[in-house]
Amino acid sequence: MSTVTVDHTEDVDAARRTSGTPTTADARPRTSAVDRTARSAGRVVRRSTAVGLFLLLWELGPEHLLDAQRRVFLPPLHEVLQAWWGLVENGQLQEHLQASLTRSAIGFGLAVLAGVVTGLFVAWYRGLRELLTPLLELFRNTAALALLPVFTLLLGIGETSKISIVAYASFFPVLLNTIAGVRTVDPLLLRAARSLGLSNLQLFQKVVLPSAVPTIFTGVRMAGTASILVLIAAEMVGAKAGLGYLIINAQSSFQIPDMYAGILTVSVFGLLVNTVLVRLERHFSRWRGLADGH
Amino acid sequence: MTAKLELRGVTKEFVVRPSKDQPAARVLRALDDITLDVPDGEFLTLVGPSGSGKTTLLDILGGLTRPTSGRVRVDGTEVTGPGLDRGIVFQQYALFPWRTALGNVAFGLEQQGVGRRVRQGRARDVLALVGLEGFEDRYPHELSGGMKQRVAIARSLAYQPGILLMDEPFAALDAQTREQLQDELLRIWRTTGTTVVFITHGIEEAVYLGQRVAVLSSRPGRLKSLVSIDLGDRLGSGDLRSDPQFVHYRHLVWTELHDELQRAQRAGDRKILPDGTERAA
Repeated sequence: MSTVTVDHTEDVDAARRTSGTPTTADARPRTSAVDRTARSAGRVVRRSTAVGLFLLLWELGPEHLLDAQRRVFLPPLHEVLQAWWGLVENGQLQEHLQASLTRSAIGFGLAVLAGVVTGLFVAWYRGLRELLTPLLELFRNTAALALLPVFTLLLGIGETSKISIVAYASFFPVLLNTIAGVRTVDPLLLRAARSLGLSNLQLFQKVVLPSAVPTIFTGVRMAGTASILVLIAAEMVGAKAGLGYLIINAQSSFQIPDMYAGILTVSVFGLLVNTVLVRLERHFSRWRGLADGH
Repeated sequence: MTAKLELRGVTKEFVVRPSKDQPAARVLRALDDITLDVPDGEFLTLVGPSGSGKTTLLDILGGLTRPTSGRVRVDGTEVTGPGLDRGIVFQQYALFPWRTALGNVAFGLEQQGVGRRVRQGRARDVLALVGLEGFEDRYPHELSGGMKQRVAIARSLAYQPGILLMDEPFAALDAQTREQLQDELLRIWRTTGTTVVFITHGIEEAVYLGQRVAVLSSRPGRLKSLVSIDLGDRLGSGDLRSDPQFVHYRHLVWTELHDELQRAQRAGDRKILPDGTERAA
């Protein structure tokens, strides 16, 4: 918002004029509907060009660029889509998707809950932070998948071990971002709130927590990505259902189009989860004034 | 007349943490034996060179720090901590960015346990008082500096504190907005009858706003003098700042402050942070 003040004008009045009505925050210049449609159409074209070209390459590349032996391992797009539809029709895809979805949702949910609660405590109590930080650093820098054999040995190959490793991998982004969010609260805001006579608990609830929410949600989004990554890998190692199992099983039984159908599902699934989490993150950060621009 | 705010021998010392060039910890006196009465409804301005402990004094009045010795009383009751009988306005606004203007103003009222309906109504009224009608739903990042400071003033006025403590509230604003807000503040002060303690380093601002100007010495901050300003009804005249009377008072305060400024410069202008560390001011 520009705050150009003309001589003898109240800054308030100037702001009112530059932003049109006092209730809308949007101060961008008005454009005609046609203009806007044309621009957004242009944007859609620009943004989908690369993906479109990639899909085209996938469709035509195997036919024209690969020799016959390799072509088997990289079937063109339409064959993959046919296989995908076949998996939908016989209900296999839904079954695997549901298995993966359940595991990642439970693991991710537990991680968010545990990560936020632990993070708040660790950030708030200095002694606890000093005690735990080195250990947390050690764990955080150990790739979650390196611990997969440990989880399998201790918890078996059932649901428990898969949910646990998903929870483990998602836990750290949430935890570390929660700590960062709480630690970076503007001290001036704390002073202002304290001058209003807030107790420590109220300070936490009304100042620290709301101020940390955007950072926490960044952690939640990162955890979402991590949970899918780790889950697929875990399902590849030992499972009887799930998208990871679908992929590895199709590979070993030489149903290559099915394998690609599984991979495609994983990427669309990941994309959807990320989109939802980005939206959520943006929603909770809108007071920062960075909502648009990406 | 009974004093709204009483300061009796207020002294504050900090233990400065040892640093590289100052290996031994030492005690630094920021405020030295300040005794002052502020009658109910007065607008008192406080000027002093940087490092004279202005902000420390405000923190003590606000109950954010305790004096090392001496005492502060509000309405005869000793100040032992923060409270809603005093409202603080900070230089950097300190608005809660996740709350709208209305939400910010209602913050103190929530603290008082005022019901939601009443809270919103009163917050609206106070926002209107500071000239921000129609901006209730704006977030701080959508407001200009001057508007933010208006919201901050409204936030402090909303819960009707007897005393408004202001810590260089207009220092971060451009000159034009500052003059505007000075007039607004005088108008609000007249409307509400609140006692105001206004800290500034601007001599002109101090004379323009204050019924009395308290001049602090350079470190350790002592009350050097109290200048009563009699300029009649400030809002009536046009360009008060060029009035001979105003110029006279300005010069008076400037003379009081001048050698303190030089002394402060020689002393090297160090600011002590609340945790006891020092940095160049």
